[in-house]
Amino acid sequence: MKKVYGSAAEALDGLLTDDMLIAAGGFGLCGIPELLLGAIKESGVKGLTFASNNAGVDDFGIGILLQTKQVKKMISSYVGENAEFMRQYLAGELEVEFNPQGTLAERMRAGGAGIPGFYTKTGVGTQIAEGKEHKDFDGQTYIMERGIVADLAIVKAWKADPTGNLVFRKTARNFNPPAAMCGKVCVVEVEEIVPTGSLDPDSIHLPGVYVHRIIQGDHEKRIEQRTTRKKESV
Amino acid sequence: MAWDRNQMAARAAEELQDGWYVNLGIGIPTLVSNYIPDGIEVTLQSENGMLGMGAFPIEGEEDADLINAGKQTITELPQTAFFDSATSFGMIRGGKIAMAILGAMEVAENGDLANWMVPGKLIKGMGGAMDLVAGVQRVVVVMDHANKHGDSKVLKSCTLPLTGAAVVDRIITNLGVLDVVEGGLRIVECADGVTEDELRAATEATIVN
Repeated sequence: MKKVYGSAAEALDGLLTDDMLIAAGGFGLCGIPELLLGAIKESGVKGLTFASNNAGVDDFGIGILLQTKQVKKMISSYVGENAEFMRQYLAGELEVEFNPQGTLAERMRAGGAGIPGFYTKTGVGTQIAEGKEHKDFDGQTYIMERGIVADLAIVKAWKADPTGNLVFRKTARNFNPPAAMCGKVCVVEVEEIVPTGSLDPDSIHLPGVYVHRIIQGDHEKRIEQRTTRKKESV
Repeated sequence: MAWDRNQMAARAAEELQDGWYVNLGIGIPTLVSNYIPDGIEVTLQSENGMLGMGAFPIEGEEDADLINAGKQTITELPQTAFFDSATSFGMIRGGKIAMAILGAMEVAENGDLANWMVPGKLIKGMGGAMDLVAGVQRVVVVMDHANKHGDSKVLKSCTLPLTGAAVVDRIITNLGVLDVVEGGLRIVECADGVTEDELRAATEATIVN
């Protein structure tokens, strides 16, 4: 079965519907599926719910879909870098479900692993716990969180082979593997598609069973907070 | 007289023990890495998926794929390991991280911590803070003792939505160090030039002996 497609628009063909739930990889602007987000914008699909740790900045990442009002709801842990997001949220135009970062990551991982719910200490005694099942284990209180199964996962990896085995690079891995796992369909954009057999089987970060469609493209890879030190201050 | 930001960070660095894996929050906690005592080897965890965080890169060597949880460009070390976010929070939730040092808007005498939102005003999200305070073995807060209006941030009970309930072990402020104990807070030490009376007067929370 052919997994490699020629463009982001081709790879998303037939997969996008209004009001769908999309899980997206990335942390801040690091490791985000920027090409697929661009193609989703062009498609005009709307009413989207995104499970994504962040919402990008105003003109990059999921931010570009906020500008066009294609997003109905965000399931995120931190959204502080996006003025348009804040405006839409405070105006009641955008729904937000805040999830603790680790809870969000585990919800994706669990959903992809066939686990519909799990118990965690995170958020006990806070407003995150309101309305959730509480259960004591060994004298400690936990709350139940649900696994996420998304209609579509969009992720960014460094390299793929044509069978969908993925390798990520440094901290650009972040939410990409759990997001990929929780999608009913997963589309991946990579910097390089390498021949089958050229990736070390012991060093695959995400096996191809989770990956359905792949594109290769040029990435801007914008840096959000460029922080440096002087050479002599080592 | 009181401690400045760097002195607070230096005091917080005295909390570190050899061999620990530690998570440092954004702001003053990040400065703690500048004051790690000689002979103490700690590994810094960045919750976006890295153990063994290095210094900021030299100009021109920034890598968009290598950032910390504050989205700042950083560098790796020879012992660095990368992993995904679910694995990262597995080690946090699983108690493998010895200590988190983080900032706060308010701390209460029972160890309640608020640092993620001001209703109607500031809605950024909790990021990884709720997972960290619930999961790591020891939570140390580093913050100014009072807010910009001069009101104590060390309270009988928090007024803002909580990040964690009864999670804080130790509070380091510009005025001194306080531990959360049965019945309230216990003064561990006063900052340079600060008397115990001044520290008590600046603190709304109950101080026990």
